[in-house]
Amino acid sequence: MKLDLVPLALLMGLATYPWRAVPLIAPGIDRLPPTIRAYLRLVGPAVLAALAAVSVTIVLDADRHPSLRVGAEWIAVALCVAVVAARRSLLVGLLLAGGLVAVLRALGLAALP
Amino acid sequence: MPDGTMELRASRRRLMVDGLGIIVSASGFGLVYGLTARTAGFSPLEAGAMSVLVFAGAAQFAAVGYVAGGFSWIAVVLLTGFLNARHFLYAAALAPYLADRPRPVRAVVAHVLTDEAFALAIAHFRRIGRGDLWGFWWAAIVVTFIPWNIATLVGVLIGGAIPDPGRFGLDVIFPAAMAGLAVGLITGRRELVAALVGGVVAVAISLAWDPAAGVLAGGLTGPLVGLLAVRNQPDGPEAQIVFGQPPS
Repeated sequence: MKLDLVPLALLMGLATYPWRAVPLIAPGIDRLPPTIRAYLRLVGPAVLAALAAVSVTIVLDADRHPSLRVGAEWIAVALCVAVVAARRSLLVGLLLAGGLVAVLRALGLAALP
Repeated sequence: MPDGTMELRASRRRLMVDGLGIIVSASGFGLVYGLTARTAGFSPLEAGAMSVLVFAGAAQFAAVGYVAGGFSWIAVVLLTGFLNARHFLYAAALAPYLADRPRPVRAVVAHVLTDEAFALAIAHFRRIGRGDLWGFWWAAIVVTFIPWNIATLVGVLIGGAIPDPGRFGLDVIFPAAMAGLAVGLITGRRELVAALVGGVVAVAISLAWDPAAGVLAGGLTGPLVGLLAVRNQPDGPEAQIVFGQPPS
């Protein structure tokens, strides 16, 4: 079986690991000043909102050129947000969001990604 | 739910239920990744090695395209580092909760820190007001690592027999999960401002440059604007995080 790309996978892992590891294993992380802690406390909502917004609104072509996508996916994500805000149930929100998009696509009312 | 007010077992139950949707999403896209890798000429061991050693979906999809496009290895590695730079923010946000754990444990935690693991773990930690290594392992290993790697192998071995996950709306599960988990973290005006600014900045930078840069920019500027715009919100319990073992 071909193994030529395994060293590339290892190098890619080495390029990724420091981003994940340095803040976790750096000394003194438990003695951060309150302002830094307050900042880090806000990273969660900010970066998750950023991931959600980019994942649902941006598409890349074959050359990785970004463009804006407007579609039923926006409604599905908004539905999930509304369900989580009202019922605190992520699973129900995800089922409704995925189901909505699947039905709309089956009916030809929404495009496949 | 205010921070730190949920009992540990109740929060773990919620973590497990919330993780079910992520398992479906990780499995669906692991299959597609395996299929894409197979189409690009990857062997099962090569595709599997990437899922184990890199364990970062977006970077893996991109790498398959780069390899198929004839990019040099140096370019692939540099682009991988760029695409995964956002993990620095995840690690920094989780670090105070895990600071009391032995460094070798934190070194292992780092390898399995992904978008999904971060989203589930930070929500769980905020609910109970402290770190919980069991909760992190559940989010990272059970919910993400195992499904992603099994699905990778199935995808690369079975190939064309896999139906398009988009038909079942699985492509919307990831953004919906991230948005839903973000909502769970919004406990005040600062968090709301940070989330809104993070989302808007991310889309703007993504359109102008690249989605990886957009997510990083949103994750960096959202908290800054949240802090500056809402100065009088009392500090949350991160100022008094319990650095100790969670109760059993």
